[in-house]
Amino acid sequence: MTEKREIICIGCPIGCMLEVSMEYNEVEVVKGYSCIKGKNYALKECTNPTRIVTSSVKVINGELNVVSVKTESDIPKDKIADCIRELRGLEVEAPVKSGDIIIKGVAGTTCNIIATKSIEKVL
Amino acid sequence: MEQYDIVIIGGGPAGLAAAIGAKEEGIDNIIILERENCLGGILGQCIHNGFGLHTFKEELTGPEYADRYIQKVIDLKIPYKLNTMVLNMDSDKNITAVNELDGSLEIKAKAVILAMGCRERPRGAINIPGSRCAGIYTAGVAQKYVNIDGYMPGKEVVILGSGDIGLIMARRMTLEGAKVRAVVELMPYSGGLKRNIVQCLDDFGIPLLLSHTITNIYGKDRLEGVMIAKVDENLLPIKESEEYIPCDTLLLSVGLIPENELSGKANVQLSSVTGGPEVNESFQTNVDGIFACGNVLHVHDLVDFVSEESLSAGKSAAKYVKGQMYENRIEIMAESGVRYTVPKYVNLDIIDKNLNIRFRVGNVYRDNYVSIYFDEERVIHLRKRILTPGEMETVKLSNALLKQHPACKRVTVKVEGE
Amino acid sequence: MFDVVIIGAGVVGCSIARELSKYDLSICVCEKSSDVASGSSKANSGIVHAGFDAKPGTLKAKLNVKGNKMFDRLAAELDIPFRRNGSLVLCFDDSDTSHLHELMEKGIENGVPNLSILSRDEVLSLEPKMNEDVVAALYAPTGGIVCPYEMTIAMAENACSNGVQFLFNQKVINIIKEESTFLIQLENEQIESKIVINAAGVYADEINNMVSAEKIEIKARRGEYCLFDKAAGALVNMTIFQLPTKLGKGVLVSPTVDGNLLIGPNAVDSEDKEEKGTTKEGIDEIIKKAELTMKNIPVRQTITSFCGLRPRCTRDDFIIGEAKDVPGFINAAGIESPGLTSAPAIAEMIEEMVVQILAPGRKLDFNPIRKGIPKFREMNHKERMALIAKDSTYGKVLCRCETITLGEVLSAIRRPLGAKDLDGVKRRTRAGMGRCQSGFCSGKIVKILAKELGLSEADITKFGGNSKILLGENKEISEK
Repeated sequence: MTEKREIICIGCPIGCMLEVSMEYNEVEVVKGYSCIKGKNYALKECTNPTRIVTSSVKVINGELNVVSVKTESDIPKDKIADCIRELRGLEVEAPVKSGDIIIKGVAGTTCNIIATKSIEKVL
Repeated sequence: MEQYDIVIIGGGPAGLAAAIGAKEEGIDNIIILERENCLGGILGQCIHNGFGLHTFKEELTGPEYADRYIQKVIDLKIPYKLNTMVLNMDSDKNITAVNELDGSLEIKAKAVILAMGCRERPRGAINIPGSRCAGIYTAGVAQKYVNIDGYMPGKEVVILGSGDIGLIMARRMTLEGAKVRAVVELMPYSGGLKRNIVQCLDDFGIPLLLSHTITNIYGKDRLEGVMIAKVDENLLPIKESEEYIPCDTLLLSVGLIPENELSGKANVQLSSVTGGPEVNESFQTNVDGIFACGNVLHVHDLVDFVSEESLSAGKSAAKYVKGQMYENRIEIMAESGVRYTVPKYVNLDIIDKNLNIRFRVGNVYRDNYVSIYFDEERVIHLRKRILTPGEMETVKLSNALLKQHPACKRVTVKVEGE
Repeated sequence: MFDVVIIGAGVVGCSIARELSKYDLSICVCEKSSDVASGSSKANSGIVHAGFDAKPGTLKAKLNVKGNKMFDRLAAELDIPFRRNGSLVLCFDDSDTSHLHELMEKGIENGVPNLSILSRDEVLSLEPKMNEDVVAALYAPTGGIVCPYEMTIAMAENACSNGVQFLFNQKVINIIKEESTFLIQLENEQIESKIVINAAGVYADEINNMVSAEKIEIKARRGEYCLFDKAAGALVNMTIFQLPTKLGKGVLVSPTVDGNLLIGPNAVDSEDKEEKGTTKEGIDEIIKKAELTMKNIPVRQTITSFCGLRPRCTRDDFIIGEAKDVPGFINAAGIESPGLTSAPAIAEMIEEMVVQILAPGRKLDFNPIRKGIPKFREMNHKERMALIAKDSTYGKVLCRCETITLGEVLSAIRRPLGAKDLDGVKRRTRAGMGRCQSGFCSGKIVKILAKELGLSEADITKFGGNSKILLGENKEISEK
């Protein structure tokens, strides 16, 4: 069964409209790209789209109320919602150092959530 | 009266890189004056990724990118004063500043680097009619509330303007549980990066309404809704197309303005196009010994370019302290489609490496050429598949090319059809 | 039981409160909003009119001229900025100059001093930015400018320091005339008073009509304004009016006492007494009209536009005095322009009435002096050093556009009738009034307000009521 998808290339400001034909979750044909970046993007975006997720986590006794965090590497796009759900209600105690692991293996992946900022403790 | 070789006003990405540049060029008697309680400037609230691809060849978040420069400033033992607001400056580089520890400070500098950044265009500046209720914020203000203070300014959001901050906030608010109803853009194209349109809007099904604007704002105490309308080719709203969108929050992402009130006090000449100082290849303004870099000079899309430019401005200031003089030998003319250039003036004799000319175009151009003329001779003719106002362009002029034209009287940058 | 209850904490109510606080009286001001100066007093031209405009013999004429003369002393006592910058009425048509002379005659009859007619050249030498089509102008050197909300706040603070009580967020629901007193039903309580003074602005008709059979009607007349950056503030020195023509009343162009440029207002009657939104048509109209006065209105330097509501009385004069059928119920109603100028004189007029009824004794310890918040931005190096040495919080600048320090914001919150919300801080200090329109300082001030008032940041409002700035902590809002 052939499925057709349209996506916008993010490789440059042109934003080529890419038309992708897929058969059994495999990319058959990519049309509309004007450079190799577009083709590669379409392949990745249609078979294994991933994103780096950034968010914030509540901090107890810190100089700021929240610490910024990110997934250490990109995670599958369909895991974003799960990832955010795991961050909800989470609290960490200051001090926090940039790079500290906040969640080990988020949303069933092997990817960690790490702090991207250092937060000093205040008493 | 405190005396410094170089005073850097602003401790954001521009000020940090400028300080590092000056120090690396051998000047030790430097001070960074920062009005906030930490270094790093606006990067601290830009917690999304995408910074540093040019500089570090890896993708960092704003705080991580800032940290690398802050650490370097600390390692180089460059002094700085936090919570210190510069109130005045004259063209002799006498600076008045204030903080809680020193009180009112009087500072004399041999050179000054302006690195104050920019501010967001507020509602009043675009005169949107309607209620003056709570719930209307610039995107950057909302970003600070969410990312630094940990508070949500709203639940049901409409965003006016599709610049990158607006797009980034659409995703950020969504991930924190808000419903973003639409991003409304006056122009027929977005001012933001394609990547942000896809990853901040399309990923979450947020509509981008091009050629639309907000015609009225409703709400007594807190915002209750906005009226949007399509605009015609003259950007005027079409009454019949008006549509009401209920929302409790309106975020404005309608432009950034270089913050040059201080520069004006020191008689620094400002460009009417960018709002920033007119500088030469060494980032010196029309006032000897006053340099400018980063978003106070012209608004950038990428912090990587801010760092690069500022490092170079810091080095120029250091050389000035050591006796180098700069002059605005010839003017770079921005013509047909090119709105402005940085630098605005150039002295070809003193450039020892390449010269980067950065500029923005005034419209969307497909399959056009960027041309550079030395006097009447076209020396560069680059085909560009696309040029858009939202993306800053850079043309590199090699040292070899510059050396071939020692007698050049004027440089012109143009967009050409062929 | 109070001796006097004043309804409305605008410039009229607060001026009356201050005037009456000179006596041994227990006085209460009831205000429906969360702060003083929340209605007409916060959004008007801020002009201290010379007094040539009102019809001779009216209360408007009499109280304007009297009020104008009181401002130098008031400004000194209350530590508020006031400047007699003079005013001009421009005439653009030779055939209209007779009207200019009529206006001068009217002014002379009203008792306005030193009026004169200036020639085109004289006008242009005094105000070089004026439209060169001007043919003549009426010059009134006694015209002035004041900050209307700062004046109201100062009046209120001084009244409060002299013992007047203020109740906020207390709308008057009903007033019942008892034998010798009034029962005033508020939203959450009921108070009793011997005298009631109605200074309720656009709602003065509702208050009057609760007790008096002699009904009055007050309409809200909208007036829109544009405010420009201080960089444009020096384009004019004087307050510039346009001579009314067949085409209608013009708009004014004036510096504000804080150094901005102001244009407006238009005049549109509104059924809705809360409708303070601006309209595109309105803003376009005032800019177009202002261009008659000065060709290059610096539209690109607009900081904000706003709309004020004037309490327009159908009787065309102020209504001041005891209601004929309700002894002890005193109106100060229909106080539209020149109400700001007249307010101090209205207060003295009402003082006489109250003294007649209650015959109170003079308070021996009345202190007419109110010290304003120190203005760091106006100080020199030495003064700043001294202030910061005494209190280091004056060394921390919070509002960069207007150079407002932490010390000033703290003073605004901690002083009598202190600020409780963002607009309260703004009107007391100017923090957030500059070109960035509070982008950089609002978050900081929200934090300071929360800390000082012992509230969560999510409880802080822009101007009371439901005007919250923040709606909850991150991720919290999706849980509901």
